Amino acid sequence: MGDDPIIRLRGISKTYGTGATAFQALKGVDLDIARGDFVAVMGPSGSGKSTAMNILGCLDVPTSGEYLFHGHHVETLDRDQRALLRRRYLGFVFQGFNLLSRTTALENVELPLLYRGEDRRARYQRGMAALDKVGLKPWWDHTPAELSGGQQQRVAIARAIVTSPDVLLADEPTGNLDTERSFEIMELLTDLNRTGITVLMVTHEPDMAAYARTIVHFRDGLVERIENTGRAGV
Amino acid sequence: MLGTTITLAFRAIMRHKLRSFLTTLGIIIGVAAVVTMTTLGNGATAAVREQIASLGANILQLRPGQGFGRGGGGPRPPSFKPEDVTAIANQLTGVRAVAPMAQSSGTAIYEGNNWSTTVNGTSASYFEAQQWPLAGGRLFMPEEEQAGKPVCIIGNTLKNNLFRQVDPLGKRFRIRGVSCQVIGVLGSRGQGGFGQDQDDVVVMPIKFVQRRFTGDRDIGQIMVAVDDAYDTQTVQASLEDLMRERRKIKPGDADNFNVFDTKQISDTLTGTTTILTQIVGAVAAISLLVGGIGIMNIMLVSVTERTREIGIRLAIGAVAREVLLQFLVEAVVLSCLGGLIGLVIALFASLAIAPLMQVPFIFDLKINMLAFMFSAAIGVVFGYFPARRAASLNPIDALRHE
Repeated sequence: MGDDPIIRLRGISKTYGTGATAFQALKGVDLDIARGDFVAVMGPSGSGKSTAMNILGCLDVPTSGEYLFHGHHVETLDRDQRALLRRRYLGFVFQGFNLLSRTTALENVELPLLYRGEDRRARYQRGMAALDKVGLKPWWDHTPAELSGGQQQRVAIARAIVTSPDVLLADEPTGNLDTERSFEIMELLTDLNRTGITVLMVTHEPDMAAYARTIVHFRDGLVERIENTGRAGV
Repeated sequence: MLGTTITLAFRAIMRHKLRSFLTTLGIIIGVAAVVTMTTLGNGATAAVREQIASLGANILQLRPGQGFGRGGGGPRPPSFKPEDVTAIANQLTGVRAVAPMAQSSGTAIYEGNNWSTTVNGTSASYFEAQQWPLAGGRLFMPEEEQAGKPVCIIGNTLKNNLFRQVDPLGKRFRIRGVSCQVIGVLGSRGQGGFGQDQDDVVVMPIKFVQRRFTGDRDIGQIMVAVDDAYDTQTVQASLEDLMRERRKIKPGDADNFNVFDTKQISDTLTGTTTILTQIVGAVAAISLLVGGIGIMNIMLVSVTERTREIGIRLAIGAVAREVLLQFLVEAVVLSCLGGLIGLVIALFASLAIAPLMQVPFIFDLKINMLAFMFSAAIGVVFGYFPARRAASLNPIDALRHE
């Protein structure tokens, strides 16, 4: 595939509702994301950045347009096919951490491996390795309630990378954290990006966006401009 | 995939122990109720069967008339004669004992005590037919029977109420204006198959009863005890043939007598208790159904409560079928656990209650299996709807759910 972008959007539009109440969240977005890039998606509320992230993360389908992932059309996939694609290639980190409560860090991290049908041994080894990467190995048997916000987000990141995804999608990963924790999380994402994972992150904080190599600005359902921060890539 | 799903279901159940317990409570109570009721009902049926057996197994009762309780118009069918009794005893094979019966009733008086009781006029063969041993005293002598002497053998209830602490043997009491001497006391037999007190009785030679009470020579009923080695139905058939012949009934004409098999009474009564058991079981089964609705209710609440969890699972790549299966398996595991706990409770409850009800404890594997299968089925049926709802959630909306 060479230098082909890992993600290519062409004329992506998304309309919610029908008739008079219809709302066009995306109005024909074209976007290429290179393999190994660290992309920050910015824009004011209602600019369409969340809708774009949902479509990029295969959680939602565009109303029209083409979405090529690894050169394959994915806009036509059905619900279960998209789920399988997420399972295989994508990792998610959310603003609200979204860990399972009353569940240990390790069990949370193992969850995607369960759905992949990995056996107990492989789950344990890969889960512990992922926790090690985010620096939480000693905390493996703690439940979310026993962990700080920053630690919870690290568990969430470990869960996202445990399957070695191609793309890590992070939706305001530092939105619920204080500045110091936020920088730690960004350092972690940067480290992961250096190992070859393409990172896509939505944020509205310029400080955080500054960690990215590419910043995509959304406005009124369109890509307004693409900024290169000049940070070193892979 | 199923193994994974079951793992997930067990984890979810263990994580929420109280919620899981409350969810299964309905099933626990339902299964326990159904199984306990049915077990006790089966015990009651067995108890009735046993009591009827104590009435005297393999006894044929020969009565005039066409059937049980069928009186009404027409001439009264002729009663039996002493010669009939002799004929049955001599001519039929497979007969252990034959006793004529003439029944009456009256109030017995002894030193200011009085007690209203049943009077049975019969012969010594009656006790043999009934396999009813004496607790004390002796049976009628043949000459006492022949002459219709005023001697009697009394049941335990009559003895206790009429004679109290006094030893009745040899004592005389009055009944319907005649005096009679107690020569024997019967062993206690308790309640009969119809709930009557079998011990509330005074037995006298039939000739005495005929002469002093009924005023005729009629034998109202003949009791025929069939030898264990012979088939009751065969003996019944030859008894019917013999009586038709003796009563000169033309071929094609209806019998003017009937033979009643105690086994028939037994079957009728056990049939009744079986039906009662089924009705009680059905009522209990409704509580099982309510338990199922309880499961559905909690599972639906659980789906709403766990919307975010479902969103996470979907986002990290669970397909709808896996989420459906997880919730379904959770419901089934819960209801099966409930079913098992219910069975254990039913076992202990039946063991505890059966002695209080004076019925035997009979473990019925079939009922236990059935109740368990039913609870599992309830899990599938009532778990499906909430599970489908969980699986059909949109991951984006589910993740946003607070």
